Order: sequence, then structure tokens, then C-alpha cells
Amino acid sequence: MTSCHIAEEPIKKVAIFGGTHGNELTGVFLVKHWLENGAEIQRTGLEVKPFITNPRAVKKCTRYIDCDLNRIFDLENLGKKMSEDLPYEVRRAQEIYHLFGPKDGEDSYDIIFDLHNTTSNMGCTLILEDSRNNFLIQMFHYIKTSLAPLPCYVYLIEHPSLKYATTRSIAKCPVGIEVGPQPQGVLRADILDQMRKMIKHALDFIHHFNEGKEFPPCAIEVYKIIEKVDYPRDENGEIAAVIHPNLQDQDWKPLHPGDPMFLTLDGKTMPLGGDCTVYPVFVNEAAYYEKKEAFAKTTKLMLNAKSIRCSVH
Amino acid sequence: MCSLPVPREPLRRVAVTGGTHGNEMSGVYLARHWLQAPAELQRLSFSAVPVLANPAATAACRRYVDHDLNRAFTSSFLNSRPTPDDPYEVTRARELNQLLGPKASGRAFDFVLDLHNTTANMGTCLIAKSSHEVFAMHLCRHLQLQYPELSCQVFLCQWSGEESYNLDSVAKNGLALELGPQPQGVLRADIFSRMRTLVATVLDFIELFNQGTAFPAFEMEAYRPVGVMDFPRTDAGNLAGTVHPQLQDRDFQPLQPGAPIFQMFSGEDLLYDGESTVYPVFINEAAYYEKGIAFVQTEKFTFTVPAMPVLNPAPSPAS
Repeated sequence: MTSCHIAEEPIKKVAIFGGTHGNELTGVFLVKHWLENGAEIQRTGLEVKPFITNPRAVKKCTRYIDCDLNRIFDLENLGKKMSEDLPYEVRRAQEIYHLFGPKDGEDSYDIIFDLHNTTSNMGCTLILEDSRNNFLIQMFHYIKTSLAPLPCYVYLIEHPSLKYATTRSIAKCPVGIEVGPQPQGVLRADILDQMRKMIKHALDFIHHFNEGKEFPPCAIEVYKIIEKVDYPRDENGEIAAVIHPNLQDQDWKPLHPGDPMFLTLDGKTMPLGGDCTVYPVFVNEAAYYEKKEAFAKTTKLMLNAKSIRCSVH
Repeated sequence: MCSLPVPREPLRRVAVTGGTHGNEMSGVYLARHWLQAPAELQRLSFSAVPVLANPAATAACRRYVDHDLNRAFTSSFLNSRPTPDDPYEVTRARELNQLLGPKASGRAFDFVLDLHNTTANMGTCLIAKSSHEVFAMHLCRHLQLQYPELSCQVFLCQWSGEESYNLDSVAKNGLALELGPQPQGVLRADIFSRMRTLVATVLDFIELFNQGTAFPAFEMEAYRPVGVMDFPRTDAGNLAGTVHPQLQDRDFQPLQPGAPIFQMFSGEDLLYDGESTVYPVFINEAAYYEKGIAFVQTEKFTFTVPAMPVLNPAPSPAS
């Protein structure tokens, strides 16, 4: 499989998901308002559907009810026999799959944007699942250029074991939009403004593409996940050290071997081992304590995209 | 009224409570640490007892299970007959009242320090009941003098005529430390370390008092609530806008009539239409959305705190 196979056909159906995690409020707020008044997200010739994916979690302002909706869009969960005994999110995943998928179906959605917040200091982040998706690399290049000088980072989660089955992965072109730092359960105006701009540029790109504009070959810098690092824990499994003050809020900045990484409750510094510089992301994300992830190590690399042009005018 | 006169004897029975809200992590981790290693809570004339106030909410990393524990210490909750359907926190409040109180009785603990975090940019905030709490006011002054770089602000939370409902009101004297901004469920090293240092200094102050140190009268500046403002909402009760960028993170700074306070989805600004300058606090606190509070309006005022009577120096306890 090379690039997204619809790259030369116009994009027809786009969805914008909010509330995949019910306490990440920017997406919840935007989608709820776009459901009332969607003028801002309309583009000629394009169907853009805003959608709340986890309404029960949104109502309770919690990340999830039974299990994390953004981890269960794999074949096994999607294939389970529907029953009241299934966790709420598994039932919901199947409903969403029928509405927006299946991935290669005729009526399925071309692009799904899934809106998220993080407590980490990650700024504007685009999440890419497939390094060979020319169309999305071009889109991300356009968004980054349009947002400049506001930084916009690309996080590549392509990895044999660490990639997870996201809600958006049921579309041909899944796009994660992650903006932080914002506490769970809080809606900040500055973060809202940033996410809104990211969506605007993304939709503008799709519109330009559909109108026949050619996008020449380009390259973008991406941060590719290498491994996840847990907190040091004691014999009871309780956290025994905190993200070191020198690493706190330093997402995307180089962390060298020997640099402080954790600080124990007794005041001892634990440095990064090994011999490679890494770029930490999701540093001190609240929701990842239970997933045993203090931060993720990434490596920086360039991704190239071929030129793209919509053939149908 | 629950406040008792200034202490005339050394304070012996002191508690430090963390995890009153189970997702405010500085206090949760400090309480857990001290329950394993209480040495740093010991002083010559007393030892402070660490308490994990809301174990079930802490285990679930939530603010509360059924009901906000820090609103459950009114006489109505504490003294009504227990039933099997009681919310978890009501039962827990009664247990804590047995352990640290009973509230308003002679058997209550001498002092309770309650540890909190907020998502609001409140820096280091010291929360006491009222300006009449002479011991607490001297303690706040001591913290301000020890740490001028922290700009500790004093917030006097009790509305006049209203009964106290918070955990530290079960003791004869109490104070809450409210440190932010920190997201719920996140443990930041800088805030954790600051909380720990402040607790140590609170216990040092109690030791100084117990040893007969003199604390003369002084003038104190503090903030007390005069109102609350909810978010603008749609007919369905959803948020129609959010805290304006010019108000966000500006806790304890003056808000003038006509200044923007909310930004609507449309981009339109809503302006503050009060008649006088107020000082907003708890601006955009996550836990207050469900309470209908976008920020608390306070007024700044100055008052005299009388000198504390000097104790005869306390002998160390035998054990």
C-alpha cells in the first residue's frame, strides 16, 4: 500500500470528532457549537460532519465510562457480538464504525479529524499514523506553514507494537489534532483559538486540493515514537519519582543521556540513560499515569511527500 | 460560630490532610509518603499526624465518589442519623469528625492543615475562615515573611452568616494550602516541592509558638468573597463561551467594570458589568464548572491582627 488511494480523487466526506475523551473540552465545545451552527466548517463541494463520539463520557466530564474509546477500534473489538454486557465504549465503537467506516468501503469517510487536549506542554500537534500517506504529509505541511510562526509539531505513531487502534483509524485518512497544555475539565480561550485555526487550515487545504491546486513535493519534520517510559515505582506499584523539573513542560526539546529525567520523593535525580538523544512528548499527561507512561521517547526525522493534484475538476 | 479563642496552651494535636479531593495530587502523594515515613512531621513539642482524607476518591483519582468531601462538614451532615444509603463522603466526614473533632468541641484537634491544588493560576494561596482566626492569621503572616518570592495571598473563605463546611473547620484552628496551577491527576515536581516546604514551615511556626515566641500585632491584607460569576450558557445549559484571554490566569489581579471576562463562540466579548473593582480568584477551576462558577469575585481589605499571647515555653513530651 503506498499513498492514500483516494489522493487523486476529490475529497467528499470529512468528519470532525469531539469528545472521544469526555473531559478534553476544546473538541467537545467546538463540535457542540458546530452542530448548532456549522458555517465555519463548511466548504463548497465538501460534506463536513461534526460528531460527538462519546456522549456519555462528555455528560459526566470524564475520560471514559468503561474503557478508553481511543484504543479499541481493532478488529477484535469491532467484531464482538453486540450485547448489553459489552463495555459501553465497545458498543459505541461499533456504532461509530457503522456510521463512518468501514475503512475501504464506498460510503466511508475520506478524512476524520479527532480533536484532543493534553495536560502536556505540546502546543499544536498533528498525529500521523502512516508515514507513506502523501496526502496527509502535504496537508500537514500546509497547516504548519499557515500557522507559522506558531509552532505545530507532527507526531508519528507508526510502530509495530506501540501504534494504537484510534477512533479516527476507521477513515482512509485519520488525523489526530492534539492541543495542550490544558487541564482536564477546563476550556481555555487560547487553546480553543489554536485548535480552531488548525481545523480552518486543514479544511482550506482540502478545498484547495478539490479545486485542482497542485501541491509540489515537500518535506516535513516529524517526531516518531520509539518507546514509552513509565514512572519509577515502589514495591506497591505506587509512583516513587516525579518528572524532573528540568524535563517538565519541555516536550519536543532534546533530552540527552545524562540529563535529569525523574526526581525521587527523597530528592534524588535520575538521569536519562543510554547513548541517544531523544525528544520527549506527552510529558506528564494526566491520563497516562494509569497507562504507565510518564513520557514517550521520539526520534526526529524528515518525511517526504510526492506532489499531489486532484484529477477531477 | 466554631472559632475558639487564641490558644493558651501549646498545640499538641496537629494533623496534615491530603487527598481531600482525590485528584489533587500534591496532597495525595505527600500524605501517602508521610504515612510510610512520618519523621519529617515531627517537632520537639508535637508530631503532626498525616491523614489521607478521601481514600476511595484517591484510589479512583477523582475529586469525590458521591459528594464533595470538602463541603460535608456542616452540622447537618455530621450530626444527622447515619443510614445505609448515605453518600460515601458523608460517612467519611463523620469518621474524620470522630478522628479530628468533634467539630466545635473541646476534644477537637488543635490544628488541621488541609492540602489542595487548583487548575487556576492562584500561585500560593492560604485559605482561612475569617480575619477573626488570630492564630491562622499569624501563621499566614509567618509564611508570607518566610517566602516573599512566593507572594502568598490570603483568601478568607467564609461567607458571613454561613456555617463552615470544609474539612479543616473540624479542628480548633485550621488552614488550607491551595497551590496552582496544576491539572487534576497531574503531579508536578515544582508544586509538590513547594507544598512540602510550606508544610514544614507551618509545623515550624507551631513549634515556635509552643516554645513561647512572641508574635506582635500587625496589619494584614486579604481577600474575601463578594460574589461568583458563572460561564455564559446556552438554553440547554452548555457552555456558550469561555474565560476571556485577558482574564485567564489573572487571579488576584484587579478586574475593572467594563473589562472583558468571557469570549463567546462567535468571538464576541462579554464585559464585566459590576459597579466596582473586584479581585477574581479560582478563575477557570475545573471542579467549579459543575458548581456554576467561572470565577469567584473578591474584595481586598486590610485589618489589624492583635498580638498573640505568649505561652510559657513548652517542655518536650516524654515519649
